[in-house]
Amino acid sequence: MSPNDDAVNEPTDATDDAGSSGDKAVMVDDAVADADTVDSEPVVEPDPDAVTITINGREVSARRGELVISAAERNDAYIPRFCYHPRMSSVGMCRQCLVEIDTGRGPMLQPSCMVPVSDGMVVDTESDTSKRAQEGILELLLANHPLDCPVCDKGGECPLQDQAFSHGPGESRYVEEKRHYEKPIPISDLVFLDRERCILCDRCTRFADEVAGDALIHFMDRGNATQVNTYPDEPFSSYFSGNTVQICPVGALTASPYRFKARPWDLEQVESTCTTCSVGCRTSVHSSRDRVLRFQGLDVSDDHGEAVNHGWLCDRGRFNFESIHADTRLGEPLVRTDAGLTATTWSSAMSITADLLGSALAAGSDSVGIIGGARGTNEDALAWARLADACGVGRRDAQVGDGIPAEILDLPRASVDDACAAATIVLIGPDLKQELPVLHLRLRAAVESGRTKVIEFTPTGSGLTAGAWRSQQYVPGALVETVRQSLSDSDVAAQLAAGPVVVVAGRPNLAEQGPAVLDAVEAVVAAAPQATVLPVLRRGNVIGALEAGLAPVSGDTDAILRAAADGQIKVLVLLGADPLRDHPDAQLARRALAGAERVISIDGHMSSSSRAADVVLPAAVMGEKSGTTTNIEGRTTPVEQKVTVHGTARPDWMIALELAQRLGHDLGVSDLNDLTAAVPHAARHRSDRVPAASAMPPSNYELRLIVSRTLYDAAVLTAASPSLAELAAGPGLSVHPADLEALGVSSGDDIRVVGPRGSVVMPACADDRLRRGTVWAAFNQVDPRGVHGDIREVIDASAVANDVRLEVVS
Amino acid sequence: MARLTPDNTTLAHEIIARYPKPKSALIPLLHLAQEQDGYVTDEAMRHIAELVGVTPAEVRGTGTFYEMFQFEPVGRYLINICGTMSCALMGADDLMHAAEETLGVHAGGTTDDGMFTLHRAECQAACTEAPCLQVNYRYRFRATPDDVRTLIDDLRAGRLDGEIPPHGTLARTRQHIPADRGVGAVDPDDVAGPPAWVTVDADTSQGAS
Ligand code: SF4
Ligand code: SF4
Ligand code: FES
Ligand code: FES
Repeated sequence: MSPNDDAVNEPTDATDDAGSSGDKAVMVDDAVADADTVDSEPVVEPDPDAVTITINGREVSARRGELVISAAERNDAYIPRFCYHPRMSSVGMCRQCLVEIDTGRGPMLQPSCMVPVSDGMVVDTESDTSKRAQEGILELLLANHPLDCPVCDKGGECPLQDQAFSHGPGESRYVEEKRHYEKPIPISDLVFLDRERCILCDRCTRFADEVAGDALIHFMDRGNATQVNTYPDEPFSSYFSGNTVQICPVGALTASPYRFKARPWDLEQVESTCTTCSVGCRTSVHSSRDRVLRFQGLDVSDDHGEAVNHGWLCDRGRFNFESIHADTRLGEPLVRTDAGLTATTWSSAMSITADLLGSALAAGSDSVGIIGGARGTNEDALAWARLADACGVGRRDAQVGDGIPAEILDLPRASVDDACAAATIVLIGPDLKQELPVLHLRLRAAVESGRTKVIEFTPTGSGLTAGAWRSQQYVPGALVETVRQSLSDSDVAAQLAAGPVVVVAGRPNLAEQGPAVLDAVEAVVAAAPQATVLPVLRRGNVIGALEAGLAPVSGDTDAILRAAADGQIKVLVLLGADPLRDHPDAQLARRALAGAERVISIDGHMSSSSRAADVVLPAAVMGEKSGTTTNIEGRTTPVEQKVTVHGTARPDWMIALELAQRLGHDLGVSDLNDLTAAVPHAARHRSDRVPAASAMPPSNYELRLIVSRTLYDAAVLTAASPSLAELAAGPGLSVHPADLEALGVSSGDDIRVVGPRGSVVMPACADDRLRRGTVWAAFNQVDPRGVHGDIREVIDASAVANDVRLEVVS
Repeated sequence: MARLTPDNTTLAHEIIARYPKPKSALIPLLHLAQEQDGYVTDEAMRHIAELVGVTPAEVRGTGTFYEMFQFEPVGRYLINICGTMSCALMGADDLMHAAEETLGVHAGGTTDDGMFTLHRAECQAACTEAPCLQVNYRYRFRATPDDVRTLIDDLRAGRLDGEIPPHGTLARTRQHIPADRGVGAVDPDDVAGPPAWVTVDADTSQGAS
């Protein structure tokens, strides 16, 4: 049987499940066979790197350094492959890509994923010899493959299935017994491995080592016994494990949230964007029968050839689709009556809301505060910003006291690709691996390539510390001085002068004020005037919301909460924000919600704050609404509706428009298209900048507190995704072993954390990566048993930094 | 019996220092662990991972690629009987039967007294001397079933202690290269330009070419 010729010429990458069948997906990896090489080569005219090669009798042009497999694919000669992946190094593992290549010594079979093009090269991908080689390799790969396609999740989108059909011999001569292994074994909480199906292509193991830097899976044993596996008792608990499932060219790796949920031919998909954090990874949303069943990463570039996520996603972003259909979703409007929150109709809820707002506004526009907007689309934010403008409400903020001043967006902006091409990255911010995971992957790749040097300022160390050129652990409260001091170092000055500088800036510590970061960034920009800035604010569409007009005009979230606590706020609008859980200062948030006369919560899920609200309006969540989102780079990309909304939920923008109408304002827009057209790009932010307080008053609490996020916490979308909810570590305090020993406490024991505000009990954990005199706790961790407390109870948001002391729990 | 002993840890650091990258010391350290415990324990692999800065999975993955590392306890003597073509034709099966009978274990097993582990091995590159076997990698050529029985008796009685040390022993006299006598580790990433060949004597080097 000869291979199916149509399929041979199919120009899509059969081994890239997401890219190949996405409606609007464009694969752009062709020219990026080796991204490092290509990036570092200067582009000049005429291109000195252009070479001419012959593929299947046609002369085509290619670039020096490009691999034959990708040059051929670009020229409509698809070569079958399993191990080759354009975003990872070539290893020549599977031999499926054998074709005849003639470099002047006669045609020879060579793996086209390992051979770079050279001038005058002649390639024949369809000669009898090439075809026989490809058929032979497929027969070998199938010798041990169980062919359990009917019960395999990959069946229908499986590169092995597809290429066995297009490039295989049709029949096998093997009659011997196949290899047998225990059917899928869990290699982590999320990923299952079926070693019988594995074709040992080294994609998953290469990804884990090369891209994620978590080499927790590896080939074990040798010869016929070779298998992928973990170390005993050390699971593949990488934040990026889901990517291996996506790139596995067979059904050997499956992820628990999707196992046995659908057949690929029943899935509908649409290109969208992840809005879990502000990296804005491009995704493809897959659904069947009106339920979202999975997200896959997309590798798409913009008009300038710049890409965000190279096709990768973090596990939190990949698997939190489960929250769309969670029990905690709000499906109908609720208003507080004597019987508590009671379901009502939209018309009555809207008239109550409009009345509340109307009478509050009558008392002065400062008696209304709006917090949130980062969880929605640009259109949602714009509609609310316009409503706030129309009502004269200046007290608004899309950040929930967990970011840095919006003026950071006024500095010249860098893209992720800029950062990856920079000579120096100055990182003043959180551990990106925990907060903006895929940005961490991108920057890590730049560091690993040797191209980019990282100078980081961190209170705890980060995922980039090991590869950093300089890692400066600063004492919270002393960030600006530490940065200034470091800039006066002549080596540092020379490095900053050595080439482009990108400052990656975010909030390193939630128990320390945000404005100091802005001062520190300005100090760096003063020392390296050409520097551009990548603002790493954490929340999904926070940049889009700030730029659409939800940046503070008079008073940020801290100020709004303080005003509410003082009884100055009549109506507090929470736009997908949950200050009771998400604001660093738990006591302030509690006092504010109690002090505000009325609280209106517009949210997709029932949250702590919506439970305390007077009116709750159910909002559509991502996946249920269309619009655009803007990421840290200022890149605006679409998010698409894929399923019908839960209950009668509505997108935020629709709610804003109706409220405007009821309040008698014309926002100048009447539908989503108007809003999309009006989304501003790169607005400027001029609020009254509160200078960062600098001196920390002395206290008799001897340990400086650091609080930052970890990937898995009690954030609503994570907590509402069953597969992820269990992964949060729970409360705990990391202490330097010597400090712990001085107290006579051992790792794992409970300890009381005492601050000026109060105290909480949580288990202590020795961590020698901390400086002595500092302690660290993960943000937003909840103990379901209620035994251990929340670190936010001891944070005072108005303090420069927070100090605590530890007491032994008797 | 688990992680490397303090002495072996010191030795491990010395070995690591001989290489430009700590990871390069992985195989020598696996040998060290096998010498210590007779086989490579899980704890030792964790320890090695810490010492050279890789994950335990990488240590295990690398180690299990090599036939000569054992990851389960083996006897003091590991008997490998070749079962590949030449030896098979020349009577390897008879050797295996004799060994199984004498030891009372099947191929793959270890005797209760912890003295012997019996393995069927692939070609040991001594096909001209078939059938052949190895005890702790010391050869016995053109062996007969009787040779096997005698060998086992001799090993049991300690008559071969001089020739065959316990499994895992690397060397009875350890070579020690002080750091200042070593060639010195050159990081391959730091090398600029083509390799520079060391010329001992200009004339002889020309003559030799
Ligand atoms: S599990 Fe999948 S990705 Fe990993 S080596 Fe096997 S076939 Fe390749
Ligand atoms: S890094 Fe952020 S945007 Fe990307 S997948 Fe993860 S949560 Fe989503
Ligand atoms: S794709 Fe070239 S060897 Fe696997
Ligand atoms: S076949 Fe036994 S040594 Fe080669």
